[in-house]
Amino acid sequence: MSPLAENMSRTQPSAFDVERLRRDFPILDQQVHGHPLIYLDNGASSQKPLAVIEAIDHCYRHDYANVHRGVHTLSERATLAFEQARGKVQGFINAAGSEEIIFVRGTTEAINLVAQSYARPRLQPGDEILITEMEHHSNIVPWQLVCEQTGALLRVVPINELGELRLERYAELLNARTKLVALTHISNVLGTVNPVREIIDQAHARGVPVLLDGAQAIPHALIDVQALDCDFYAFSGHKLYGPSGIGVLYGKRALLEKMPPYHGGGEMIRTVSFEKTTYNDLPYKFEAGTPHIAGAIGLGAAIDYLNRVGMTAIAAHEQQLLTYATEALSTVKDLRIIGQARHKASIVSFVIAGVHPHDIATIVDQHGIAVRAGHHCAMPLIKRLGLPATARASFALYNTTEEIDRLVQALEIARKMLT
Amino acid sequence: MSDSMRELYEETILDHNRRPRNFRHHPAGANRIAHGHNPLCGDELSLSLTVEDGVIKDIGFDGHGCAISTASASLMTEALKGKTVAEAEALFGKVHAVLTGANGNEIQSLGKLRVLQGVRGYPMRVKCASLAWHTLHAALAQQQDETISTE
Ligand SMILES: Cc1ncc(COP(=O)(O)O)c(C=O)c1O
Repeated sequence: MSPLAENMSRTQPSAFDVERLRRDFPILDQQVHGHPLIYLDNGASSQKPLAVIEAIDHCYRHDYANVHRGVHTLSERATLAFEQARGKVQGFINAAGSEEIIFVRGTTEAINLVAQSYARPRLQPGDEILITEMEHHSNIVPWQLVCEQTGALLRVVPINELGELRLERYAELLNARTKLVALTHISNVLGTVNPVREIIDQAHARGVPVLLDGAQAIPHALIDVQALDCDFYAFSGHKLYGPSGIGVLYGKRALLEKMPPYHGGGEMIRTVSFEKTTYNDLPYKFEAGTPHIAGAIGLGAAIDYLNRVGMTAIAAHEQQLLTYATEALSTVKDLRIIGQARHKASIVSFVIAGVHPHDIATIVDQHGIAVRAGHHCAMPLIKRLGLPATARASFALYNTTEEIDRLVQALEIARKMLT
Repeated sequence: MSDSMRELYEETILDHNRRPRNFRHHPAGANRIAHGHNPLCGDELSLSLTVEDGVIKDIGFDGHGCAISTASASLMTEALKGKTVAEAEALFGKVHAVLTGANGNEIQSLGKLRVLQGVRGYPMRVKCASLAWHTLHAALAQQQDETISTE
């Protein structure tokens, strides 16, 4: 069993009623260009259940104040709710301690934090950071910056024709100069679920820590950072049915403790004098300034919601959608699915011969269908695939097979119109 | 389908996308060459012109892009053959004004290029239609082979 599937079996499947669940998402109940909205751009950002919207509303209406500073009642309530949210994240990814959960703006900030606070002080000229060909720009550029700053080198694990990592090349690229492996858990373009457990084991055998970009994995599977034994795990709230502007860096306590602060300011200090400042404990050392309080509370509410629905049931539903979509899309003439990995999440990139992805996105939008077209912030991957762009449908817990049928119909219209 | 959609993918646009004119045509003695790139879409376009005595004798383009950007380039090359550089610059100015909505009145003087106005209802697609024209502007303004970007 893959580590992902192993994780999934941790919770029992519950009865999954997609029509009932759809009613939890008020935004879905609308028409776009005279058609019911079909939202298939969840890979970019997913919609919010009422539970999240109400939690944020409640925070601002009743319990809002700055956190960790006041002794007054509202500040205590806000601090409690904020810290409860941290605890919910800890439980959700099964971190050993809540001090290992650092609130940041999102995946991008989490990766930059690790690049600057973990990697930068350790890197010597000629050291290597290992990433993969299927990374999002946010797991490429922070490493390029730190390489420029230190003289370290970026090495890249290639993919095969199916869109899977070439593990034999990974094993070769991992060497005595490798100081960190940073890779995506699930590809935002190909949908590939990477065998991260195996990758982490091989890195650890050489004493190399591993950062996982969990931006796409977190909404699709139950994540257990202790079972994975990853050293860092980064994700964004907004792809997990929560607010944007809030995200999480998980790091192993032993590593975080040795890292210097990323930002300086309030909250992250214990004492400040002009001669010397002593830093606060984890996780506050990394949370300078007033955080996105309502955002964290909203993320906590999203996690509560997902726990009620059940990540196992969500994953099973999404796998059904993936299978259905793969078959249905294949009936569209001249359509080619990009990314044929054996383990995939419900993210499907495709191209249609003679029809540019942007024209596809514009035309299906006329039928109320939101899909993404472009390079998906993964320009090196798109170039490697020899494509200018792809169209992408990415499915969430509230999507249905009927919606996929409607997508297929709209794609046929687009194809006929443009070829 | 909505009217604005029909306007965007007007029949002339669809035709020029299916059968782009002066596509993969490399004019003999080309002396003005420019490359255009829209990083957001991945659209790429190279434009070659043979300019003699201030007149565009021949013009061709190559590259890949969406229907709007391909049709715009195709229509542009058709419109420019035989025009003086000054006339081409004036046309660039008019098309630019129409696409950006700066001057809708110019529309009357655009002739066949009028079909490009359909993008005005789609702000995200204006760049697609203007790529060829910005590349032209660069080709005429500079003697050198240069890459321009719509970003
Ligand atoms: C794989 C992957 N990594 C990182 C990111 C960046 O996430 P954010 O923009 O929320 O920081 C994304 C979002 O598109 C992603 O898909």
